[in-house]
Amino acid sequence: MDLISTALPALGDAFALILHPEQIGFLILGVVLGLSVGVFPGLGGIAGLSMVLPFIFGMDPVSGLALMVGLIAVIPTSDTFASVLMGIPGSSASQATVLDGFPLAKKGEAARALSAAFASSLFGGLLGAAVLTVFILVARPIVLAFGLPEMLMITVLGLSVVATLAGRVPLKGIAAAGLGLMVGTIGEAGAGGSLRMSTYDVPYLIDGLSLVIVGLGTFAIPEIIGLLRHDRPIAGSDSLGAGWAAGVRDWWKNIWLSVRCSVIGVIVGIIPGLGGSVVDWIAYGHTVQSSKDKSKFGSGDIRGVIGPESSNNAKEGGGLVPTIIFGIPGSGSMAIFLGGLGLLGYDAGPQLIQYELDITYTIMWSLALANVIGAGLCIMLSGTIARLTTIRFTLLAPFLFMMIAFAAFQSRQDLGDLVSLFAVGLLGILLRRFDWSRPAFLIGFVLSHQTENFTNMANQVAGAKFRVGLEQGFSYIASPIVLVILALTVLSVVIGIRQAKQILPEGAVKTGKKRAPMIFLLAVTAYLAVAWVDALSIDLISDKIFPLTISSITLVCCLLLFIQMMRSPETDAVFADREAAGNEDHTGAGLWGTLAWFAGLLVLSSLFGFILALAIFLVAFLAIRARLKWPRVLLLSGAGILLICVMAYSLNRDFPPGLLQDMVRLPWPFA
Amino acid sequence: MAWKTQLRTIAAGAAVATLGAFAQGQAADAADLDLSGKTVNFVIPFSESGGSAKWANFYAPLLSEALPGKPTVAVKYMPGAGSTKGANWFQKQRYDDGTTIFGSSGSTQFPYMLDDPRVRYDYNDWNVVLASGVGGVAYLPPDIAKKFDGDADDLKDINFIWGSQGATRLDLVPLLAWEMLGMKVEPVFGIKGRGAGRLMFERGEANIDYQTSPAYLKAVVPLVKDGKAVPMMSWGVLDANGDIVRDPTFPDMPTFKEVCAATAACETSGDAWEAWKAFFIAGFPAQKMVFLPQGAPQEALDTYQKAFEAVIARPDFKKLSEARLGIYPQLTGKQAEATLKLGTQVDPKAKAFVKSWLNERYGVKLN
Repeated sequence: MDLISTALPALGDAFALILHPEQIGFLILGVVLGLSVGVFPGLGGIAGLSMVLPFIFGMDPVSGLALMVGLIAVIPTSDTFASVLMGIPGSSASQATVLDGFPLAKKGEAARALSAAFASSLFGGLLGAAVLTVFILVARPIVLAFGLPEMLMITVLGLSVVATLAGRVPLKGIAAAGLGLMVGTIGEAGAGGSLRMSTYDVPYLIDGLSLVIVGLGTFAIPEIIGLLRHDRPIAGSDSLGAGWAAGVRDWWKNIWLSVRCSVIGVIVGIIPGLGGSVVDWIAYGHTVQSSKDKSKFGSGDIRGVIGPESSNNAKEGGGLVPTIIFGIPGSGSMAIFLGGLGLLGYDAGPQLIQYELDITYTIMWSLALANVIGAGLCIMLSGTIARLTTIRFTLLAPFLFMMIAFAAFQSRQDLGDLVSLFAVGLLGILLRRFDWSRPAFLIGFVLSHQTENFTNMANQVAGAKFRVGLEQGFSYIASPIVLVILALTVLSVVIGIRQAKQILPEGAVKTGKKRAPMIFLLAVTAYLAVAWVDALSIDLISDKIFPLTISSITLVCCLLLFIQMMRSPETDAVFADREAAGNEDHTGAGLWGTLAWFAGLLVLSSLFGFILALAIFLVAFLAIRARLKWPRVLLLSGAGILLICVMAYSLNRDFPPGLLQDMVRLPWPFA
Repeated sequence: MAWKTQLRTIAAGAAVATLGAFAQGQAADAADLDLSGKTVNFVIPFSESGGSAKWANFYAPLLSEALPGKPTVAVKYMPGAGSTKGANWFQKQRYDDGTTIFGSSGSTQFPYMLDDPRVRYDYNDWNVVLASGVGGVAYLPPDIAKKFDGDADDLKDINFIWGSQGATRLDLVPLLAWEMLGMKVEPVFGIKGRGAGRLMFERGEANIDYQTSPAYLKAVVPLVKDGKAVPMMSWGVLDANGDIVRDPTFPDMPTFKEVCAATAACETSGDAWEAWKAFFIAGFPAQKMVFLPQGAPQEALDTYQKAFEAVIARPDFKKLSEARLGIYPQLTGKQAEATLKLGTQVDPKAKAFVKSWLNERYGVKLN
């Protein structure tokens, strides 16, 4: 066959091209840079690629490609560190990893979770590269088969995972997802540009809240605050359980799960326009639904790590398919990658595959090798880095606050980033406290924009097709792919509902008094009611229909919950409250006092700028809260500030400025 | 392959060396602004995907070589609020040491011209050092193209569907053009970037589309060769007298002006035409510009002007830019200033026309 006779030699040529010491050197450099950038939450491929882009012009093409691909390929590998060790979603691709990865770390099995994650990443990455090799030659018609109705259905499939993760009280889970969807509609509507729950007087809100901030706010802040109230290490005790070899064995035992989730990752990656945020949730949902014993999910089941991690690296290989054959970037980092490709003298598109197949395959080999090198390095390091979980958490927390605030600020470089981080963090704390499913909230938020846009657009195009003829209309909205995904969605919801009660995504929570959960429910209801009125006042149908529908449904859920609360006794699961007696949180230091420290950092930042605020915060925290001796206080504070300065400088990033910076000109890093 | 690579490396090396010598010679006479060891932040109010990012990343390394002291030129993305966020930020900047430059686009000019409530910036305060033009081409699927014979008279009864980013963006120009031709085009708003619009066309969900020239050359020309798309018209370019003439990148394609003149429903004079022309100029011939912040001294302006002139004068510039920017004027100095005026000042009548059209047709209120 013609295909094979051209593809195989090109594959060999490309391998020969990449296997020179210089090219391998650049590949390793890319991998190391990617790993170092990926470790920091909120900084991903975009930050890393932007850093190397100024040097790409004039480089030998193979070296340049090796550098860039090496960097992109390992970001979803190294962001696992933050997800597993600290419970901080390192990037949108590893949000689901937090659900089981972090509980494992708390059990002292961080090394096992990490190495299982890396083994899965490696496997997913290799599978992604292999698929890219074959698929790139034939993928064009397949990619074109995914139109708006198909993309909408995949998004809905992602949403259906909510059924599985809703928790003990399904109504609460649905309400949480609805709230997430509504929070996702804040700002300018995608279709007509109407403002929702925002005004032009607060420019920050026009663009809505960013995914990084909502991810950090719902997962990282509640966990950090929760841990900080008990002055002990993440792992509970000083001793670590199973080591990295156990993790690799775990992965091997679940090899088929890994295969299936990698395939999911590749498929979702190939479809342009979906982005990486849905893939890990679909993989997680599949993992839970296809497992027999579900009792441990959410409290540290290794399969909950293997599934999402297999899918998120495979997604990168899949994502390169539309990027290369259509020149359409699937994500921000892919967009920069295309820019870099241009600097090397190549343009993505059909001609690249036709005339420069060896270059295309260089990308593929770089991807495969980078995954091997990256995952290898990470597995080797996982035992050592897992020791972080044995450090007294009070010593770790101020630096995590530092990282989170810095990461949040990177999303818009606006003081509003810090304000919204705090607001979402507070919401996250309350969701956690009253056992409203945080994953459901996050999934709702993540998929809100896509759901609304695809619905509107598919509806409009379908309308036009129906005007042409009934047959055209139906063949558009009821294509075989749509029907298959629809069946999968129904299956996923049915299985999910049946299993939801067994799965406690965040462990069991005891109940307390009625008052606090009731007040929270009323507050959520009040917000939804305001959002409902706000949506009603919009003129454009395209911009009002989605928030109006979702808020109506969610309000009904809230009403039903309210009735349930009125009728049930205090011991009903609907009154779950982590502050109640018998829960872990009941004993530790006060919630508000602990949160005040973080608020302090943000308020100081808005006054004096980030670096000065950080200096005051670190010294005060380490001296007062952690009660360290002065020499160590100064040493640790200095090290923290130095680290963040070096990182910001090398990535050419700014720090949040405060009022002081408005009045006086200060040299970097103070300005 | 290997020798090709080597050749390319040598060629690039030679180009860098010549240019280095050239730039050094320049640094001597523009002694006042030395950027060695510094990082120039080339801020664009858009995200990493999209035309502005491409354009900025094209210029950044070339500019780095041409500026005295060869600073690193890093592209910084500041997306938000349809690019008004970044522009509002730039309005607050004051000239410091010449390490901040700002790249605006048609999508930044349109809200400014339409008195968008988000606009808190004023182009008159900024100092333009480069203006880049671009063109655009509208195209049709082959079966519909059969009915198009230089005028749009036979396209009236077709229901067109078009993937659009929004009525107040650059997409305003094609939307208004099609409407003037009497075509029924229903825009599907909310797509991310023109590339996604092209995909909708390829999937058969849309049956009309337009792309800016670089994207057309790269992605639509192969479709045309495969018989999957047929060009309809280009927007044209401005000649020295300010008249719209054929685009030299597409000399065989009629311009919208020609098609309009041939179509019964369309007129090349009057309010609609003047409004279209004003927004076309802002969106295409004056599409992308580089600015220094308020308070920039003359020597800084001269330094940047010379650097851009040096970039444009590179022997390989034509070859480099053709594939990535198309053959369009890259203007500096007085010409750039003239382009800025053309691209940001609009006749009140044209403005009023477009505003009421946007409101009636798409329910967009800009007050």
